[in-house]
Amino acid sequence: MNFDFTEEQTMLRDSVARYVQDSYDFETRRKIADSDAGISREHWRTFAELGWLSVPFAEEFGGFGGNHVDTMVVMEELGKGLVLEPYLASVLLFGGLLQRSDNGPLQGEYIPRVIEGSCLGAFAYLERQSRFELTDIKTRAESAGDAYTLNGEKVAVFNGANADTLIVSARTAGGQSDREGISLFLLPADAAGVTVTPYGMMDGQRVANIVLENVSVPAGNRLGAEGDGMALMEPVVRDAILALCAEALGIMAQLNAKTLEYTKTRKQFGVAIGSFQALQHRMVDTFMAYEQTKSLLYRAVCEVEEGADTAASTVHALKVQVDKAGRQVFGEAIQLHGGMGLTDELDIGHFAKRLMMINTTFGNADHHQAAFNAARYG
Amino acid sequence: MDTRFAPEDIAFRDEVRAFFDKAYDEELQARLANLDTFKDAVIDWQKRLYEQGWVAPNWPKEYGGPGWNHTQKFIFDSERAARGIRDVIPFGLQMVAPVIYTFGNDEQKARFLPRILSSDDWWCQGYSETGAGSDLASLKTKAELDGDEYVVNGAKIWTSYAQYADWIFCLVRTNSEGRKQEGISFLLIDMHSPGIKVNPIVSIDNHHSLNEVEFNDVRVPVANRIGEQDKGWTYAKALLAHERTTIAGVADSKRNFNEVRELAAAEVNGGKRLIDDPLFRKRLSDIEIELMALEFTELRVLATVAAGGAPGAESSLLKIKGTEMQQAVQELRMDLAAYYQGVLPTDLSPEQLGHAFGSAARQSYMYGRAATIYGGSNEVQKNIIAKAVLGL
Repeated sequence: MNFDFTEEQTMLRDSVARYVQDSYDFETRRKIADSDAGISREHWRTFAELGWLSVPFAEEFGGFGGNHVDTMVVMEELGKGLVLEPYLASVLLFGGLLQRSDNGPLQGEYIPRVIEGSCLGAFAYLERQSRFELTDIKTRAESAGDAYTLNGEKVAVFNGANADTLIVSARTAGGQSDREGISLFLLPADAAGVTVTPYGMMDGQRVANIVLENVSVPAGNRLGAEGDGMALMEPVVRDAILALCAEALGIMAQLNAKTLEYTKTRKQFGVAIGSFQALQHRMVDTFMAYEQTKSLLYRAVCEVEEGADTAASTVHALKVQVDKAGRQVFGEAIQLHGGMGLTDELDIGHFAKRLMMINTTFGNADHHQAAFNAARYG
Repeated sequence: MDTRFAPEDIAFRDEVRAFFDKAYDEELQARLANLDTFKDAVIDWQKRLYEQGWVAPNWPKEYGGPGWNHTQKFIFDSERAARGIRDVIPFGLQMVAPVIYTFGNDEQKARFLPRILSSDDWWCQGYSETGAGSDLASLKTKAELDGDEYVVNGAKIWTSYAQYADWIFCLVRTNSEGRKQEGISFLLIDMHSPGIKVNPIVSIDNHHSLNEVEFNDVRVPVANRIGEQDKGWTYAKALLAHERTTIAGVADSKRNFNEVRELAAAEVNGGKRLIDDPLFRKRLSDIEIELMALEFTELRVLATVAAGGAPGAESSLLKIKGTEMQQAVQELRMDLAAYYQGVLPTDLSPEQLGHAFGSAARQSYMYGRAATIYGGSNEVQKNIIAKAVLGL
């Protein structure tokens, strides 16, 4: 048993960390967030050149063949820079679904393009009514000969404003919340009958509502067996949760470090405020919250990587921990920064907003705690 | 001990309800919700309260207060909050006015109080500086006497609505020797004076309500000083205790809580209403129980004040608990909105978006973080209780 990174993982971590530090400072990030697209194609190309977009893909597709630890290492460092480019949406969700499917032709066509950064993908799974239930789907796909006709609406699609290609979940059978009967389809975002309505989120993301009106998709663009979409979605979403939690850990590290630094330099009553015992104890608490989160993240990543029976419930536990620790860490960061923590100018609030958004992605703490309870206590 | 309303209290409540139903009309509400018309709408609303004689429940009758007892004040505030009507802008009516009628001279009372009461002057507060937050007494903005005028230089920060203000009440340093609390004076400064510059600060709710206010050789008549020179800290402290009781906002939290409860009955996850979810129910009741206690803590403090006591260290308790509960309710509403809490203000209608309250929930949550910081941070309030109540 060891908790060391391999040499390759250390190099990967250093590569992302150095880039974020040297080329993706907060002012650069603000300019990208304020731009029309909300992401930078130039940075994305560099990510591709540095090989980061290939990390989770198998070597047969031109990938790096990385495992969950490799993805974790990348996401943690991207989190430290609040990187806006759609690593989660395009590489881990869109690419992840493709990789886990058995659709050879689509894999051959799209995965290399995801890796080189020329294809920006998105996974449209949420609907107005679905909240945190992946299976709550009203969008329908009717089979007609060698094509399907899709009708429905997806909301808050990550990277929906910039994606050129979508994977959409739709019902080919079953009732609104049935596990069975969900199928996944790949289609161009500009296909006839697709209407994309973009809007911004507090963490800088450009999402979109996507209406599908009699959209025709060739049968060959279905990922996985008809009606068996959950078998693909579940592991990909689980991996995405691990990645988001790694990103959250990177953000917590930044918030704790910045707050600690501030309390050492900010003087009131003639001394640094960090000399007050009441504040020291609270910073010790946020430090411990960070360490506990890191431990649970490592535990979850290892259990998933090793295929442990408890992996699913440990991922639920991790999401609860990230939510709880995240609120504590950003709450203290804002409070201890005083008025400065309330400004849009300082990065503290932006880290907080990203943590808040992570908490609501793929189920909030209550959702995962209920799932954990069900898994552990029946 | 008896907390039931007497028949005359019920009659008063009905009178208050009838007034709000009529005066707080939909047209006004729409203008309050729109940033472009916000200032005028606030003034319009406060003038309607003024004409009714109800704009300043806490003012003594001789200056224009309604002469209510504390039960009537409680009823009025509860009815206001229950309708989601925001309290008046506090800086004039609730903050500087008590200082003026308690410590000001007759000329100052006659000059300033009527225009505060009628909302003809918009006031803002010049206390904090970049180097003087929790440690307010270390403030450096300087006022030097030159004939019958002070010359003011320095800068104030976190000044809410300075962009609208006609007047600012300021703590300034008039003496650098001795204890830092003993060299501070309380000045009323015309915001239209030459040498004042207002720099906007965008806060984490993406709005502009905060500002930095710069003073460059701003000339202020000595007649605008409250009380004695170098004694401003005493007046400011009295004001801060008032500010803390109004910051608690218990009635508003109660109203917001009830709204969250209604929303939780409408929000569905996996075919189940959130209000039926055991985890969410526990969060709801945890908050409601604290609010039930806090409502009576507030009433006990008000009763003490009504009996002639000053709001002392108890106001710190109200401030701490009140702001914690505000944030707890705001957080719950945001969690209800799930990912829609992230939506930035957009031209899309709630129907196009798929959700109605997420963006507003986030804005109040984000700006709500300020409540545990302003008016003396909650950490400072705990120090006050430790020292003044517990004798530590």
